[in-house]
Amino acid sequence: MNIALDGVMLVLAIPAIAAALLAVLPGYRLSARVNMLASLLTLLAAVSLFFRHGPPVTYVLVDDLNIVFIVLSTVVGFTTSVFSASYIGHELETGRLTPTNLRFYHAMYQVMMFGMNLALIANNIGLMWVAIELATLATVVMVGIYRTHEALEAAWKYFILASVGIAFALFGTILVYMAAQPVLGEGLQGMTWTVLVAHVSTFDPALLNVAFVFLFLGYGTKVGLAPLHAWLPDAHAEGPTPISAVLSGLLLNVALYAILRFKMLMALNPAAISPGPLMVTVGLVSVVFAAFMLYRRRDIKRLFAYSSIEHMGIIVFAFGMGGPLANFAGLLQMTMHSLTKSAIFFAVGHIAQIKGTQRIADIRGLSETHPGLGWGLVLGVIAIAGMPPLGIFMSEFLIVSSTFAREPLLALALVFGLLVAFGALMLRLQGIVFGEPTGSSAPSQASYVPIFAHLALVLVAGLYLPPILVTWFQHVAQMLG
Amino acid sequence: MHGLAFDIAHLLAGSLVLVSLMMLYQDRLYALLNVFALHALLLSLSVGWQAYMQHAPHLYITAFIALVFKAIIIPIVLHRMIVSLGIHREIETTAGIGTIMLAGIGLVGLSMAVMLRITTEANLIAREDLAFALAVLLLGLLIMVTRRNAVGQVVGFMSLENGLVLAATGAKGMPLVVEISVAFSVLIAFIVIGIFLFRIRERFDSVDVQALDSFRGERG
Repeated sequence: MNIALDGVMLVLAIPAIAAALLAVLPGYRLSARVNMLASLLTLLAAVSLFFRHGPPVTYVLVDDLNIVFIVLSTVVGFTTSVFSASYIGHELETGRLTPTNLRFYHAMYQVMMFGMNLALIANNIGLMWVAIELATLATVVMVGIYRTHEALEAAWKYFILASVGIAFALFGTILVYMAAQPVLGEGLQGMTWTVLVAHVSTFDPALLNVAFVFLFLGYGTKVGLAPLHAWLPDAHAEGPTPISAVLSGLLLNVALYAILRFKMLMALNPAAISPGPLMVTVGLVSVVFAAFMLYRRRDIKRLFAYSSIEHMGIIVFAFGMGGPLANFAGLLQMTMHSLTKSAIFFAVGHIAQIKGTQRIADIRGLSETHPGLGWGLVLGVIAIAGMPPLGIFMSEFLIVSSTFAREPLLALALVFGLLVAFGALMLRLQGIVFGEPTGSSAPSQASYVPIFAHLALVLVAGLYLPPILVTWFQHVAQMLG
Repeated sequence: MHGLAFDIAHLLAGSLVLVSLMMLYQDRLYALLNVFALHALLLSLSVGWQAYMQHAPHLYITAFIALVFKAIIIPIVLHRMIVSLGIHREIETTAGIGTIMLAGIGLVGLSMAVMLRITTEANLIAREDLAFALAVLLLGLLIMVTRRNAVGQVVGFMSLENGLVLAATGAKGMPLVVEISVAFSVLIAFIVIGIFLFRIRERFDSVDVQALDSFRGERG
C-alpha cells in the first residue's frame, strides 16, 4: 500500500513541484527540458499504478477505470511537452511570445497536468470539481497567451462558457450530496465516490435524475458536445498549438471521465432514469452537426477542432449505448482519438509555423515542400477519418456493428455522420498535401518523433491489440455497465 | 424559535431571488453594480444565518468572503474600471425589458416546480434554499445572455454563483463549501482581470497601434 500511495503522490507531486520550479526558472531552453523531464517522470509514476495500487482512501481512488485515463493523459502530456519544446523556439524567434510569456506558459502547463491528474484520482465529487476548474483555468490563460484580439476573444468565450458549465456541474454535485444526505448523514462520506457507489441504490431517484441532467450539461460543455460546443473551435484555433493538442487529447477526456463516473452511479440505482438515451441523442447530434460544419472551415486548426467535436460525439454515443462491446469500443475510440488528434495537431503546428498562416487556402502542396510533415498529416487524417487498417477504423467498426445489432436506425444515422465527415476531411486534405505548392518551402526543424510515435501506436492498435490491453479494457467495459 | 429561524432563512433566500429579478431590468451599469452589491450582501447575511442555525462556524468564512470580496471589493473595482476605461454606461439588452421580466418569472416558476417536487424528503430549509438557489442560478444565466456588455455578463455570472453558494450552504453539512467558495472567488478575480485586459485591447485597437507597427515595418 505504501508503494501505491507513492505512485499516486508522485503523479500529483511532480507536476506541482515542476510548476513552482518553472515559474521561477529563467531561460526557455532549460524550462522546456524541465517541462519534458517532469512530464516523463509523471508518466513513469502513472505507469507504476498499473502494477501496484492500493485500496481507495478518503480522497484518493485508483481503480482500473481511471488508470486508463491517467496513463493516456500522461502519455499525451509527455509527447506534447516534447513537441512544445520545438514549437516554442520558433514562436520566440518570430516574437509572438516573449521569455516571460514562456515562463508562465510552462508553469501553467504543469498546473494543468496537476489539475487533470487530481481530477482523475479524486475519490470525492467536490474535489474532482475543484480540480477540473483548476485545469480549465490553466488552459484559459494559455489560450489567451498571444494577447491578440482574436486570442483574447477566444479565451473570453471559453471562460464564460466553461464557467457556466462548471456552475451547472457544481449544482449537480450539490444535488447528489442532497440525495446522499438522508442515507449517509452529514459530512464527507456524502461526497465520496466509493461510499456513494455502495449506497446509491437507496437514494431518492428523482433527485438523482435532476442531478444527472445538471452534471451532464455542465461537464458536457467541457466535453464540447453539440449545443454547448461554441468555445471549442475558437480555443483550439487561437491558442498555441501544444494547447490545442492537450485540449483535444486530454481535457475533453477528463470531463468525459466525470460524466462516466456519474453514469455508473446512476446505473446502480434501479429507479433512476437511464442516462443512455440522453447520451446517445446528444452524441449523435454532435456527430452529425460537426460533420457538416467540417465543410465550411477555412482555418486548419478549426477544421480539426470540429473533428474533435465529432469524435467526442461518437465516444459519448458509444458509452450511451452501453453494454460490454460498445463500452469497449468507446474506450478504444477515446484512446485512439487522443493519440491521433494530438499527432495531427503536432503536424499542423509545425505546418502553420512554416507557412506563417492557418488559412487552409494558403497551405498547399505539402508533399512536395515538406514531405515528412505532409505525409504525417496524411496518415493522421486518414486515421482520424476512420480508414482501415488504423486503430480508429477498428473502434468505429465495433461501435457501428454493435449498434446495428441493437438499434439499426441509430447506426444508420451514425454512419451517415461518419461518411459526411470523411468526405469533408478528404476534400481538405487533398488541397493541403497534393495541391500546387505555395508559401515558404524553407526546411523545418520539426520534431517528427512525437508525431510518428503516436501514429505508429495507432497503426499497431489497428493491426494487433495486445491481449493484456484487451482484457483490461474488457474489464473496464464491464465496470461501466 | 425554530419557526422564527426558518422564517428569517426563508426571507433572506427569497429576497435574493427578488434582487436577482431587480437586476434583470437595470439598464445602467452603475445601477446594476449597486444592485449586485445588495445581492452579495443578502447572500452574506443568508450564509451567516445558516452558519448560526447549523452551528457550522466554517460557514462564517464563506459569509465573510461574500461580504468583503463580492459586496465591497468587486463592485468598487468594476466601478473604477468603468470610469477608467470609458465603457458606455448604458447596457444594451438583447430583448425588451418586458420580455426579459416575463422570461425571468417563468424561470422562477420552473425552478419552484422542479425543485419542490423532487426534494420532498429533504428538510424544509434545504428544500426552500435549493428551489431559491436554482431560481437565482437561472436568473443569473438570463442576465448573462441578455447583456452584450462584458461587465454586465460578469455581474450575471457572479449572481449565478451566489445562487450556487446559497445551495451549497443550504445542503446541511456539505463538506468543501469554503474551499468551493474560495475557488469561485479566484475564478471571478480571473474574470475581472480578463475584462481589464480585453478592454485595454479594445482601446489599443481604436488608436490603431497595429497599423502603426506595420507601417513602420514597411518603411524600415
